[in-house]
Amino acid sequence: MRDSISKPITRVDAADKLSGAACYIGDMRLEDMLYAKTLRAAEPRAKLISIEYPELPEGYFVVDKRDVPGENRVKMLIDDQPFFAEEVVNYIGEPIALIVGKDKEVINKLLEDIKVEYERLQPILCIDNITAPPIYGENDSFADYSLNKGDLQKARAGAAYVYEGIYETGYQEQFYMEPQGVIAEFKEGKVSIYGSIQCPYYVKNAVVSCLGSAPEDVRIVQAATGGAFGGKEDYPSLLAGQAACAAIKAGKPVCLLLDRNEDLEATTKRHPAKITLKSYIDESCRILGLEADIALDAGAYAGISGVVLQRAMFAAAGVYNIENLSIRGKAIATNKAVSGAFRGFGSPQAFFAIEMHMEHAAKAIGIDPLQYKLSNLVKQGDRSTTNGILRDKILLPEMVDRVLEMSGFTEKRKSFKTERAVGALKGIGLSMFFHGCGFTGNGEQDHIKAKVRLTKDIHDRVEILIANVEMGQGVQTTMRKIAAAAMELPIDSIIFANPDTDRVPDSGPTVASRTTVIVGKLVYDAALKLKEKWQAGAASEVEEQYKYPQGFEWDNDSFSGDAYTNYSWGVNAVEVELDPITYESTIKGVWTVFDIGNPIDDRLVRGQIDGGIVQGLGYASMEVMENLQGRFRQRTSTDYIIPTAMDIPEIKSELMCEPFKYGPYGAKGLGELTLVGAPIAYALAVENALSINIDTLPVRPEHLMEVAADGNGY
Amino acid sequence: MNISFRINGTNKNVDIKPGELLYDVLKSIGISSVKKACETSSCGVCTVLLDGRPIASCSYLAAKAHGHEITTIEGVSREAEILGSLMNSEGAIQCGFCTPGFMLTVIAMKRELQNPDEQAIKNYLVSNLCRCSGYEGQLRAVKLYMEVPQ
Repeated sequence: MRDSISKPITRVDAADKLSGAACYIGDMRLEDMLYAKTLRAAEPRAKLISIEYPELPEGYFVVDKRDVPGENRVKMLIDDQPFFAEEVVNYIGEPIALIVGKDKEVINKLLEDIKVEYERLQPILCIDNITAPPIYGENDSFADYSLNKGDLQKARAGAAYVYEGIYETGYQEQFYMEPQGVIAEFKEGKVSIYGSIQCPYYVKNAVVSCLGSAPEDVRIVQAATGGAFGGKEDYPSLLAGQAACAAIKAGKPVCLLLDRNEDLEATTKRHPAKITLKSYIDESCRILGLEADIALDAGAYAGISGVVLQRAMFAAAGVYNIENLSIRGKAIATNKAVSGAFRGFGSPQAFFAIEMHMEHAAKAIGIDPLQYKLSNLVKQGDRSTTNGILRDKILLPEMVDRVLEMSGFTEKRKSFKTERAVGALKGIGLSMFFHGCGFTGNGEQDHIKAKVRLTKDIHDRVEILIANVEMGQGVQTTMRKIAAAAMELPIDSIIFANPDTDRVPDSGPTVASRTTVIVGKLVYDAALKLKEKWQAGAASEVEEQYKYPQGFEWDNDSFSGDAYTNYSWGVNAVEVELDPITYESTIKGVWTVFDIGNPIDDRLVRGQIDGGIVQGLGYASMEVMENLQGRFRQRTSTDYIIPTAMDIPEIKSELMCEPFKYGPYGAKGLGELTLVGAPIAYALAVENALSINIDTLPVRPEHLMEVAADGNGY
Repeated sequence: MNISFRINGTNKNVDIKPGELLYDVLKSIGISSVKKACETSSCGVCTVLLDGRPIASCSYLAAKAHGHEITTIEGVSREAEILGSLMNSEGAIQCGFCTPGFMLTVIAMKRELQNPDEQAIKNYLVSNLCRCSGYEGQLRAVKLYMEVPQ
């Protein structure tokens, strides 16, 4: 039974978006505003010998490392990334300086006339066999982790079958429709940043450290944000620090808005990964143990790669109950743009590896892959990769049954085999996956400690004060619904403006599928508190802070315990048909069942599912980004191809619901889960159509042609 | 140089620089609904109507608009209201950045095509990228909109 809260309501931000009134960074015009454009490194790794600037007209400025009053390092987990390059550059596109002034054409001309002299150093451009001196630390890794569970020796000893495979995934660009941008304003000793951002307090901390200023002298305000998908998690901190330095130097507001080509070249992307898996399987086809080695291409600076790596490692065993594990993970420094957050955050890579591995192992043994997977599924009460207890019921068997039924999977597998015999290349694939919701490990309880505030004015209007942002996912609507339902108030008596750090407490970043399940629950609890002390016509205020739920445990040193408090689950099927000459694919059908707990708004949930699935299908089939000698080949939107309306059939989706008792109305996380499974189901469908094994994403027609030409079928 | 065009039903004279693009001119005269996302006329975000046909204002020389009629979302309020309400009910709105350009393309399509089938609709919309919605909600809304009596 669904709660009435699932019934859709009109999005509160719809009217402004439909009329074009929503104000994004590119729509904001502050008085006397100047523009900035970035001088970027043209070498992947080099010493900066000299920079010769042309004579600047009046009112034009160079802003570089000399103009950073505080720390010239972006405040993150490891503070290694400069706002402006110092003695060396570490990737093509790395910012060296800003040229600031009134006229964009003049700025462009000035940029063209700058002469930078480099002394080339040997770059690190791949994650294998590194011979050049390290970029970071002694072994060139921003993170190097091991995770052990049980005793792998036992698994080795008892194995009847051993299967090993290597799986590789490529870059993926978030390609939010609105490129990154911020505006900085300096007035009476205080810097205000308006930005297209996911994490107002990340930006605030970075700007405070950049300027060496008091926290109260920096204010961050979120502008309307035209999509983000993780891409606006950490990178805006860099832009905001740069723009703040520029605004202080120029004494005028400065707009730093990236062009698409700069955004593609210089901002964060999904980590390319190389994952080696070796499984030990007994006579009865039970998996006794798994060895995993995960290498992520982290790019030139640490960013948040360590956390992405943890999520990838904790997902390495997929949805399978494997008692003995040995997982090694490295985030390797390379002279390329910094890899960062993108919907899924390490788990799309890890799930692709384990799902393909399971399929291929079953084929090698000679058993049905789906039966093999189902017989090894994790269930309630089993232990997670990190030895945490999976407390809630896991609906995967029911979800698989439903997807099989919806998609006609079994019949299609049979009939396609017959059709393939006469040359039609048809296939269907099915994937199973989860997403741990909220921050990984000790993020929520030790680092973020989210705080929310609700205020009630004398007109009995309630304002939600949180730092989480509307970026398309619908948080302004869901949070209002949660608060209104808890207090039994009409939705229009609840206010929720774009966050301004001068007004909102730090409820944490808008990432990790945490907003509804973690922050939404705090809003719910605060709403109940406010309701209790409600006095009509009187102003009041309540606060709530995150408390780690009782009974959960996590040890960050040994990576043991509950890496997440709750899990969402998914099963996807994708059907494809390939052109027998070009090997281009047509997606014929997509079927999904998700368990995201109780949905807060069915229509918003549907939007997240559709959007995540299509991004996932893009990742699997057409989104190619290659780095050659340190330079991305795809630097415009005509080179980097994302799905269009032509590429996608109707997506058929259903929900099953195992509520999370610490989520608001039983809700769990949603946003990221939706991207994880479609790429796998797509790859398995192509694999089925061609009777080959696929171990690389994206699946490119030219590779399929090569495989077919080699006669290298399975 | 000076050009004149009609914008949303009003005559406008504007001084432009040689080579200036229509998007920048529209922004400079205070049309904030027009967005820009790719600068290579491949994403449809900056779509405006030129004599009723969709064009990419990010790559269109402003000088070429001389003597023509430009329409932005502000100039099609009646149609936008009907389409917007369907987009709302079908869940076609997320971040909103592609929304005005997408709506203008759909409105132009309805004026231009009689009873298009699904493939014809998708063909018409192929140049309007959306990264949030997976196109599903958009396509449901468009199909319903195409059935609304003129």
